Amino acid sequence: MQGPLGLYNYWIVIVLMMTGFYIVIARPNLIKKIVGLFVFQTSVFIFFITMAKVEDGTAPIIQEGVNLYSNPLPHVLILTAIVVSLATTALGLALVVRIRESYGTINEDDIHVQDEAS
Amino acid sequence: MLTENLVALQVVVPLIFAPVCLLLGKSRHAWACALTVSWLALGIATLLVTRVATIGTQSYAIGAWAAPIGIEYRVDMAGALIIFIIAAIGAMVMSYARRSIEHEIAAENSGYFYACYLLCLTGLLGIAATGDAFNMFVFLEISSLSSYVLISLGTTRRALTAAFQYLVMGTIGATFILIGVGMLYMMTGTLNMMDLAQRLPGVDDTRTIRVAFAFVTIGVSIKLALFPLHLWLPNAYTFAPSVVSAFVAATATKVGIYVLLRFFFTVFGIHFSFVAMHVGEILMVLAVVAMLVASLVAIFQDNIKRMLAYSSVAQIGYMILGISLATSAGVTAGMIHLFNHALIKCALFLCMGNIFLRLGSVELHDLRGLAQQMPWTMAVFVIGGLSLIGVPLTSGFISKWYLVSAVLDAGLWPLAVLILLASLFALIYIGRVVEAAYFSKPDPTAKKVREAPASMLIPAWLLIGANLYIGVDASLLAGIARQGADILIGAGVP
Repeated sequence: MQGPLGLYNYWIVIVLMMTGFYIVIARPNLIKKIVGLFVFQTSVFIFFITMAKVEDGTAPIIQEGVNLYSNPLPHVLILTAIVVSLATTALGLALVVRIRESYGTINEDDIHVQDEAS
Repeated sequence: MLTENLVALQVVVPLIFAPVCLLLGKSRHAWACALTVSWLALGIATLLVTRVATIGTQSYAIGAWAAPIGIEYRVDMAGALIIFIIAAIGAMVMSYARRSIEHEIAAENSGYFYACYLLCLTGLLGIAATGDAFNMFVFLEISSLSSYVLISLGTTRRALTAAFQYLVMGTIGATFILIGVGMLYMMTGTLNMMDLAQRLPGVDDTRTIRVAFAFVTIGVSIKLALFPLHLWLPNAYTFAPSVVSAFVAATATKVGIYVLLRFFFTVFGIHFSFVAMHVGEILMVLAVVAMLVASLVAIFQDNIKRMLAYSSVAQIGYMILGISLATSAGVTAGMIHLFNHALIKCALFLCMGNIFLRLGSVELHDLRGLAQQMPWTMAVFVIGGLSLIGVPLTSGFISKWYLVSAVLDAGLWPLAVLILLASLFALIYIGRVVEAAYFSKPDPTAKKVREAPASMLIPAWLLIGANLYIGVDASLLAGIARQGADILIGAGVP
């Protein structure tokens, strides 16, 4: 497939990335921010994984009669990056729990008002 | 042989002992463990610097997989200098930490605190030791994730929101770096930095590589709090526990600058970064604005920790200014200031920890007349402050001297004037604190406080001692920084 849709995987990555980024910036709800951050990171994982695909290549397992494989390295890298992203999300949500305990809200604007008042 | 494994030990030792700290829990043994490991790391770093200086760049293949297939750890003079200052700050901060942590962090959390501290140390040392671009991203995230936790342990609830804000911005920065590294891999098929440096010139006239450069530059700039991407920094440093402010202020942003140096000079190469992409001009403008605006903002802060945080943003401007010249003298000046500023800021934040322990506040108006009650602590602040301004016989003067001469060498004398102007601002904000502590009448209703305990004074004075020593005899530091800069720029033998 050629033309502007030829690299459709990159279009998906860009749409996902901008969606996530927009949520992080625009939403005052802290949990939605974390979810947006997660979508943002996931788009990068898709970017890595799709770039590993070799046309007509199969899964990288040695087999009789097959000599064209997809590149397995980006998959492994992304396995590490997923762990990092998981830790970030877990830590972010844990912080939101603590913020809710001490402020009674998870809305960024309300928190800001309370901080200004104190 | 042990000496050949120093590079790996530097990173692995704190990593292994982090869970041990967790198991030791709330007992004082957790602190003893973290302290021992910090001094051990400093010992290893000292051996490593000597070895790099005598034998040359150290390379270590993890798991005996040779580069570029395996992950290579590679420490040259620039990396060794960063490793040494991180380990030295770590050892000083841990020697100081016990009383301050007992005061500021609940006992049941102290095991977690020391474990996170060691993980943060691992990440920071790893960044400086690794020679692999993806590995650098992983270490960056290890250090960042643990520093979010450390910051959230602050005494007020605002520490939580500060940590959250840092988490969001830090993660965006890290993800940008990941995108950049991915694009580099896409074009070259390698992640090893030396290998990247060899393969990039063939493909660097493509949009992918230019975009990768932009992503990496912006991502790292968020991590090192380059103006205007510094918004996470003031809150994080203000509301973190005193020990954490001192440790993070002295190390995290410095490592960010090291990452920037590595990518600009080693990976992309000086020609691509500064001639093809014109990053020097952009950084120079941002650095000068950071110097002036952040110093000006610092003057109007009443919380002294926040004032020091803004001063950090300004000082990062000085370092970036040196780097943006892309000359041997400029990068040397940047690295010297990086080293000196770590010493200065760590001592000043430790000083704030002493004051917070006794006074329970670091607001300017609570400090009136404090010099009579805490003379040793305030003396640290005065000498550290003078060094920040750049008075002769302090290390700050050496930094400014090298920076101004580098700027003049490049024929940019208006910048030299602006550097002096920013120093003048520093004089004002340090002067406000000194005026309050030494020349104001104490509030008669204020409670009387004692001097901080010796265990907290000695580390701060050791840092000040090192600061004054460099102020008098900087030949050793300048020699190492010059070697590091020459390796980065490519003038020296790799």
